[in-house]
Amino acid sequence: MFDLSFGLLPPAIVDLIIDATQQTLYMVAVSGVLGTLAGLPLGVFLATSRKGELFAAPLANHVLGLVVNAARSTPFIILVVAIIPFTRLVAGTSIGTNAAIVPLTVAAAPFIARLIEAAIREVDQGLVEAARAMGASPLQIVAKVLLPEALPAITLALTLAAVSLLGYSAMVGAVGGGGLGDLGIRFGYQRFMPEVMAAVVIVLILLVQGVQTLGDLIARRLDKRSRS
Amino acid sequence: MNAPLILSADQVQTPSPAPLAPAQAAARPIIRFEKVAKIFAARGSNAQVAALSDITLDVPEGAILGVIGRSGAGKSTLIRLVNGLERATSGRVTVDGVDISALDEKALRAERRSIGMIFQHFNLLARRTAFDNVALPLEIAGVPRREIKARVEPLLELVGLSDKRDRYPAELSGGQKQRVGIARALATRPRVLLSDEATSALDPETTNQILALLRKVNSELNLTVLLITHEMAVIKAVADRVAVIDGGRIVEEGATYDVFAAPQHATTRSFLSALTGQSLPPELADRLKPEPAEGRDAVLRIVFTGTHASDPVLSRVSRLLSVDVNIIQAQVDEIAGAPFGVIIVSVPGDAATVSAVVGAVERLHLSAEVLGYV
Ligand SMILES: Nc1ncnc2c1ncn2[C@@H]1O[C@H](COP(=O)(O)OP(=O)(O)OP(=O)(O)O)[C@@H](O)[C@H]1O
Ligand SMILES: [Mg+2]
Repeated sequence: MFDLSFGLLPPAIVDLIIDATQQTLYMVAVSGVLGTLAGLPLGVFLATSRKGELFAAPLANHVLGLVVNAARSTPFIILVVAIIPFTRLVAGTSIGTNAAIVPLTVAAAPFIARLIEAAIREVDQGLVEAARAMGASPLQIVAKVLLPEALPAITLALTLAAVSLLGYSAMVGAVGGGGLGDLGIRFGYQRFMPEVMAAVVIVLILLVQGVQTLGDLIARRLDKRSRS
Repeated sequence: MNAPLILSADQVQTPSPAPLAPAQAAARPIIRFEKVAKIFAARGSNAQVAALSDITLDVPEGAILGVIGRSGAGKSTLIRLVNGLERATSGRVTVDGVDISALDEKALRAERRSIGMIFQHFNLLARRTAFDNVALPLEIAGVPRREIKARVEPLLELVGLSDKRDRYPAELSGGQKQRVGIARALATRPRVLLSDEATSALDPETTNQILALLRKVNSELNLTVLLITHEMAVIKAVADRVAVIDGGRIVEEGATYDVFAAPQHATTRSFLSALTGQSLPPELADRLKPEPAEGRDAVLRIVFTGTHASDPVLSRVSRLLSVDVNIIQAQVDEIAGAPFGVIIVSVPGDAATVSAVVGAVERLHLSAEVLGYV
């Protein structure tokens, strides 16, 4: 097979890095999708439920806001450990890559919710007003105005969430989640193999760059606000 | 073009009354405000803001009624009551007999489809093309795709934007955006169009084009238009009737021509004075003194509301009274299709001359007002 490390690393290590990269991508992709599925409606609700808004429910908005803030202020590594019983309940086990997806999702959802809330709040209130004047229902306003108009901002928000998840996923070695971060710590730090550490960091940098570039590109395509 | 007026008292003709579009004065009201008040609870305190008080106003079917007022006068609040974006605190607002203030949300949504609205900042969706923006209210109303196409295209044609159908708002000029806004407002075939400062973000020429378009849809579709503005020029250009709002109350209301010819309220006069031709040239205004004095000339404003040419009147006044009448400024305009002139003149400032001139002018049923002395 083509040697990705140009002979700098033993083939066995290269295989480990490839495996770890796949694990990382798997964890980030699955928790990103699940986090979005939970975070999107949550974010929409947070953005539309204050007093006088489309789905005005100030109390629920306040309570959810507190929960989201609490989840977001818990350091990720503590969250991982603290929700182990929940993880076991959901994933059937508390260790391994699949188990790691649970805390990643739990951390991603409130983060994504806040990002989506911010993206939706950026939509000009005048558009909501125009849609109401047309006779749109609150759900139609969300589906036809808020989400489509916020889509470029939502794309950037999800890009940011994916990049953050790449970082978080480095910590799930603590529950045997595997992935690049885990590899870097075990080989690079515990076994004094700085070249593995360097390789892991380089792969992560490439992944982050790739995700960000792709996200920026899509967002720019979706944005029709500038003439070009 | 017009016969000169003869100034002998027995021959003085009464200028024909302003043509008031009689059909329209008789038209039934389609929007009615009945003793409407709107009170807002001010944010973060118990204080209340009375945005509107005791509003009683009828908008005749097929008319363009303009509401003019300063910032904060309550214009937006007034117009938003019509489609239920705001609810009246007391009183009733009805559209075509339907009591808007009594509808629940669902019924209100259905009713809003017969009330179009356009906005100062257009409020177009940035990620929809012109076509898709116009299609939005139809999508919301659940109109099938094929029918949407058949309805949007004639609308783009009507507003003169067929060639821009696939352009995004960012690729359109302000005037073009407002045309899309108008097409969108008309998509559900409303009976009433509400316009909240629709030309305030546009330059004067574009403003005129948009106002002409409003006139066109008003007459071609027999659409009633309620528009709000802070510019008398807009009222002058399109409104059949005008209501002046100040501090949440309607202080004057009537046919545009009558209000221009004989404004009753100070607020109305001050709006009128902002129109070119209605106010004094600034250098003269600066020198103007309120009281007469030896050697000062009196400055008069004479308003012509008939179809009579102005010059013979002045020259005859001048000849018969043997006074020098000096024309400072003259403008003849058209309001609601009838000629309307304002002439500012100066005459010698002694009390006898001034009262003779004013008397002579008033005997012609034209109005003369002493603005001051220079
Ligand atoms: N939602 C609201 N809550 C509290 N006060 C309000 C609200 N909306 C309007 N007001 C107040 O009601 C008054 C009338 O406001 P409105 O927006 O109708 O004025 P306007 O004539 O449209 O002014 P402008 O020309 O600046 O748009 C103002 O004093 C305003 O502060
Ligand atoms: Mg306003």
